[in-house]
Amino acid sequence: MNMVELTRLKKSYGSINALRDLELKVPQGCLYGLLGPNGAGKTSTLRVITTLLAPDSGNVTIAGINALKEPHLVRNLLGYVAQEVALDKILTGRELLQLQGNLYHLKADKCSQRIDLMIAKLDMSSWIDRRCGTYSGGMKRRLDLAAGLLHQPRLLVLDEPTVGLDFESRSTIWDLLRELRTLGTTILLSSHYLEEVEMLADHLAIIDNGQVIAEGTPKQLKNQLGGDRVTLRVREFSDEIESEMVGNLLESLDVVNQVVINKSQGFSLNLVVNSEDALPLIRAKLNKAELPIFSISQSQASLDDVYLQATGRTLMDAELAVVGKRDPKLESKQAMR
Amino acid sequence: MTNPLEAKTSLAPIDKSDRAFLLQETSALTKRLFIQLVRRPSTLIAGVLQPLIWLVLFGALFSNAPEGMLPGGMSYGRFLGAGVIVFTAFSGALNAGLPVMFDREFGFLNRLLVAPLQSRSSIVFASVIYISSISLVQSLAIMVTASLLGYGWPGISGLVLVLVTLLLLVFAVTAISLGLAFVLPGHIELIAVIFVANLPLLFASTALAPLSFMPTWMGWLAGLNPLTFAIEPIRAAYSGPLDLSVVLFHAPYGDVNGYECLSLLMVLALGLFVFIRPILNRKLS
Repeated sequence: MNMVELTRLKKSYGSINALRDLELKVPQGCLYGLLGPNGAGKTSTLRVITTLLAPDSGNVTIAGINALKEPHLVRNLLGYVAQEVALDKILTGRELLQLQGNLYHLKADKCSQRIDLMIAKLDMSSWIDRRCGTYSGGMKRRLDLAAGLLHQPRLLVLDEPTVGLDFESRSTIWDLLRELRTLGTTILLSSHYLEEVEMLADHLAIIDNGQVIAEGTPKQLKNQLGGDRVTLRVREFSDEIESEMVGNLLESLDVVNQVVINKSQGFSLNLVVNSEDALPLIRAKLNKAELPIFSISQSQASLDDVYLQATGRTLMDAELAVVGKRDPKLESKQAMR
Repeated sequence: MTNPLEAKTSLAPIDKSDRAFLLQETSALTKRLFIQLVRRPSTLIAGVLQPLIWLVLFGALFSNAPEGMLPGGMSYGRFLGAGVIVFTAFSGALNAGLPVMFDREFGFLNRLLVAPLQSRSSIVFASVIYISSISLVQSLAIMVTASLLGYGWPGISGLVLVLVTLLLLVFAVTAISLGLAFVLPGHIELIAVIFVANLPLLFASTALAPLSFMPTWMGWLAGLNPLTFAIEPIRAAYSGPLDLSVVLFHAPYGDVNGYECLSLLMVLALGLFVFIRPILNRKLS
């Protein structure tokens, strides 16, 4: 059974299409990663799932319930840890958790019992009775996570839960997420950290430009690439014509399964190879054609290669491309209700 | 023992009535607003001090005015008291939308909207309870001070009339402010509206001067201004035995008695909540 099913989801903000026929299925009990650069549509997807955002069209089903028709039932089942931690800086952490417990209609004794457990689990006892305004980023995130888990949700949705955190806080959160998964909670987490998703997620979807462009387990996705990757630059800065020529030349080799030209990295070549000893053969071919080699390296396929394969650019390049184009003011307005 | 992290939520955990849930969430949200007030009391203190300064300084400004100038021969201080009480409640209620606006801007409202609230009206109820309580405390402080300054005390039945009148006005203005808090893009715009509305509405009412002092065009404004409909019953409560059937002011369009004042305020409060309901439903659905 799927905990989350999104079908042909569309959402636009004025002329910007945030979601374009997005399809997603999150199996029950798994830790599912949504990977993609900033502005890809991850947060919009999570806001639709958490009933904060109504899509322009499409269907949203959570645990078999139509979330667009019966959002109040869905809200009972899910916990949400948003990207921007919204705490009341005047309240103490404990008061915020008490408020959260009341909003989820927990009984007083159950609520205080749960709060004590969360404090112990997330190691918050030394600062939980201080006002939230004095907390560091890691403390805020832990408190937010505790608030999201207080009512024991069946689906936990986390939007970039470890962005900007120190390693210790990230590690605490990762451990907790792993434990929750073993206990049967379905976790949907968005991130633009490749390593985080690769390390944590059972399943993942790569989102780009409002669509899911690849989906599966990390292993499946990497296996689909067909083998190791060779990154090659014949010169520090090649042009497209030369890269295509070199690509055509190397495609004739038996060890090369596929050639991808990385346009955002000076038209460097990413080759999918089926042998661990591909480099000598590639070097020989280039020497024979009297082509220079500026750099060449072979590595096992990564999720970044999966992303590159699907979009023609690396995740980091995609991030850099949107830096400066984003309008934080506009995004903040879009998030406002 | 089961692991505390294990997912437990189900579709049918309900063992309380819907009303108990509504009460639980409304009281929790109201408690939050009062905790904020206790830990950051400056707005309450300023909200009490400002009208007291008005009362002392403005009252003194006309203390040597010729006797018999004001209706019923009352002193200017006593005349002003009703105006300041109403203006204080009005200003406080006009600010009701600010905490909601800040919650929208800082994303805290999303925390509330993700929760399975029995009714999202609890967010509005909490604001109304909070603002009404604050307004009543401020008004009582002014009444006590006015009494100490020798401007009189309305008596028990008069006090009830004062409180009822203030509550009706506060409900109406709170509705406007909450509606604006969900419609306007940010707190800057909301504060701008508050600034623009505040003093002109005070001056275009009978808070500072009776209708008979005003030119006809301004008499029309003051005669239609809801603040006048709140000020005059309170002024009457200070003047003597309570009789709501007595004409309280002579507006250019006709005479208005106490019942009519209270009826208008009641219709206004109900009407405004009905009017903003679609806005709240849209924003909170």
